[in-house]
Amino acid sequence: MSSIGTGYDLSVTTFSPDGRVFQIEYAAKAVDNSGTVIGIKCKDGIVMGVEKLIASKMMLPGSNRRIHSVHRHSGMAVAGLAADGRQIVARAKSEATNYQSVYGEPIPVKELAERVASYVHLCTLYWWLRPFGCGIILGGYDRDGPQLYMVEPSGISYRYFGAAIGKGKQAAKTEIEKLKLSEMTCREGVFEVAKIIYKVHDEAKDKAFELEMSWVCDESKQQLRKIHLFFDAFNSNPILLLATFCSDDLLEESKAAARTALEEMDAD
Amino acid sequence: MDLNMNVNAPHSMGTTIIGVTYNGGVVLGADSRTSTGMYVANRASDKITQLTDNVYVCRSGSAADSQIVSDYVRYFLHQHTIQVGQPATVKVAANLIRLLSYSNKNMLQTGLIVGGWDKYEGGKIYGIPLGGTLIEQPFAIGGSGSSYLYGFLDQAWKEGMTKDEAERLVVKAVSLAIARDGASGGVVRTVIINSEGVTRNFYPGDKLQLWHDELEPQNSLLDILNAPPSPEPMNI
Repeated sequence: MSSIGTGYDLSVTTFSPDGRVFQIEYAAKAVDNSGTVIGIKCKDGIVMGVEKLIASKMMLPGSNRRIHSVHRHSGMAVAGLAADGRQIVARAKSEATNYQSVYGEPIPVKELAERVASYVHLCTLYWWLRPFGCGIILGGYDRDGPQLYMVEPSGISYRYFGAAIGKGKQAAKTEIEKLKLSEMTCREGVFEVAKIIYKVHDEAKDKAFELEMSWVCDESKQQLRKIHLFFDAFNSNPILLLATFCSDDLLEESKAAARTALEEMDAD
Repeated sequence: MDLNMNVNAPHSMGTTIIGVTYNGGVVLGADSRTSTGMYVANRASDKITQLTDNVYVCRSGSAADSQIVSDYVRYFLHQHTIQVGQPATVKVAANLIRLLSYSNKNMLQTGLIVGGWDKYEGGKIYGIPLGGTLIEQPFAIGGSGSSYLYGFLDQAWKEGMTKDEAERLVVKAVSLAIARDGASGGVVRTVIINSEGVTRNFYPGDKLQLWHDELEPQNSLLDILNAPPSPEPMNI
């Protein structure tokens, strides 16, 4: 699906005769070339997972984080140009703390998504700036419950039950659609996300990858309203899936589940 | 009487203001006297101002300062409501007032009580006295007349009151303060805020209960029989 925008694709401030801004579309292609990032909204929270393609075996596992915490109650997973993503995360953190200082409460996730989207859009308006080459999946848990948003390089932002960006997004979306998210808890969702990432990973084209996951939910059973935990789960090599949560039994469970998933995949 | 009195001097609201929470909402109350020294500039002022549909503020101290602060916060809250897409919470309103009070503490002289109802926390009262502290309280009092109410409210406020009990408490408290504080007087205004909405009430000064020194002196037993009922004894 390639379209040559000859002449109309040199600047982000130029429209083509058929009403497209090619630079923004090219920015979206940068996102499509990156590792898959998915997010799902379960009934008690959000789970996000990133397929981190490893460029070199010398890299330390656990480095180059792709999921960033924006505030106590929300986090962002970035696909595409990582440096661009860091810029957006910095801006989101600043918006969140500023909102908290002025209004005295944590920033509602909807408000945060709107501010991030409008910042991304800002960079599509001027010829001296280039659009951000990254797509963002933003998950958070505020007073109105868990919410999941996706922001594209064009500045569009929508709210989702399940979202996927990057290389394997088509396959990932198909898998997500099969899930019954409204009945699933986050604990179950974690295994599902891990399975999906493994499934959409293309063994032929990309050799090694590292799975990074995060969640925001009310698992720890504290006060109902104020629960907004943000645990990180970082994983190592692709042969043996190591998920680190708060308890060891979950670690063992997820190891077992992933091994089973791998066997199932090999059996296909 | 001082004939050289300047009626155009800055107006202060001597004031008694009060806000109490009850089971299901809040009741705000205030007197209605705005004074400039000895001169009563306005004997029927409304010191309970609206910030949003569900949040009101009681103003005390400098009339001008408190009006300006309310105006700014009303404007910010209006924008905030549009952005967030739902009614502002009481906490947000109180925080905005606090930020203005604290940052301009050298220039302002206002004591405010923010009260309202929102769907997350229910009825809440926040006191924001002179320096710009923000404190969430089950009940709050302010103004010059409040000095006479501390002990009374400590004894009389109970958790889980009904709406009518709470309003009676507020009216009684303001009228006690009016009796003792020269800078408070006029009528008692109340505003009740709960999930159903807002109700404004008005109690004219001459209809208020009489206290102690204001009562008719009793010279004979017959007088006692015919006299209006005295205030109920203190219930401890």
